[in-house]
Amino acid sequence: MSRRLAPGACVRVRAAFPPGHVRTPYFLRGHEGVIDSLAGEFPNPEELAYGRTGMPRRALYRVVFRQPDLWPGYAGAAADTVIADIFEHWLDEAPERRFGSPA
Amino acid sequence: MSGGHDHSHDDRTGAASRHPFQPDTEDADFDDYQLMTEAVGEILIEKGVFAAEDLRRTLEAIDAITPALGARVVARAWADPAFRHRLLADVNAAAAELGIDAGPIPIRAVANTPGLHNVIVCTLCSCYPRLLIGLPPDWYKSRAYRSRMVREPRAVLAEFGTVLPEDVAVRVHDSTADLRYLVLPMRPKGTEGVGEDALARRVTRDCMIGVAVIDR
Repeated sequence: MSRRLAPGACVRVRAAFPPGHVRTPYFLRGHEGVIDSLAGEFPNPEELAYGRTGMPRRALYRVVFRQPDLWPGYAGAAADTVIADIFEHWLDEAPERRFGSPA
Repeated sequence: MSGGHDHSHDDRTGAASRHPFQPDTEDADFDDYQLMTEAVGEILIEKGVFAAEDLRRTLEAIDAITPALGARVVARAWADPAFRHRLLADVNAAAAELGIDAGPIPIRAVANTPGLHNVIVCTLCSCYPRLLIGLPPDWYKSRAYRSRMVREPRAVLAEFGTVLPEDVAVRVHDSTADLRYLVLPMRPKGTEGVGEDALARRVTRDCMIGVAVIDR
């Protein structure tokens, strides 16, 4: 497969809106997060949904997002997070951010 | 006897009944997906791909899975640190040690700690660790839970009666793709020396979803 993203790497979810069976939630598109871990490699659901093989497998990452980054005026604690599973082709590397990796 | 039932049922047509009957399920029109599901099921049975009995057995087996399976896994993790370690590495393999088939979809256990509370949601549909804790409750599949749990988790948790202090970080796990999640609650205080079966009885479905914490 292509490059590997290491835990702690800063990423930005692609702000793309293609039609089809996409497993990247809208509320995370365009947002920056941090790689938590590699979840594994899985057939691409965007292909599987249309009866294709989904091959080659794609790397699936667990990506952590800080809640205050996602929602303006987030009412919870600054340390609150959302973690989601995002396929590699939805992630671009982003510049290092001041807060580094989340706890 | 009147049984506190003050209206008359004497009129055999029911016309005098003061309340309308609850509609039967069959009274509503099928939507397209229900129609497709029924049609595909009937065709597969007609073509002999499987029999009606196979379908019934499968549904019965799915309905028979309860949160008690997940509770056994959690209780073992509390009682046995080495098992807990293996569970956090690979839930499906750890469950298999207890004779539980957690299925082919990888499940991850996410452990609550004094500083971190985990809760699971599937904002896209209704992904849930079904083979370990059964079918999800209706609210788990509701649009309100799916959209609000990521937007205002503390408010939603409070509606479930779970109020967390500010110094406990809330981490929402959105089951967006090929993994499923199971919250590993903290072992209740004062349960030292309590047997595994008794521990398992303390573990509820909602604690393993993360909308509740175990009374302590």
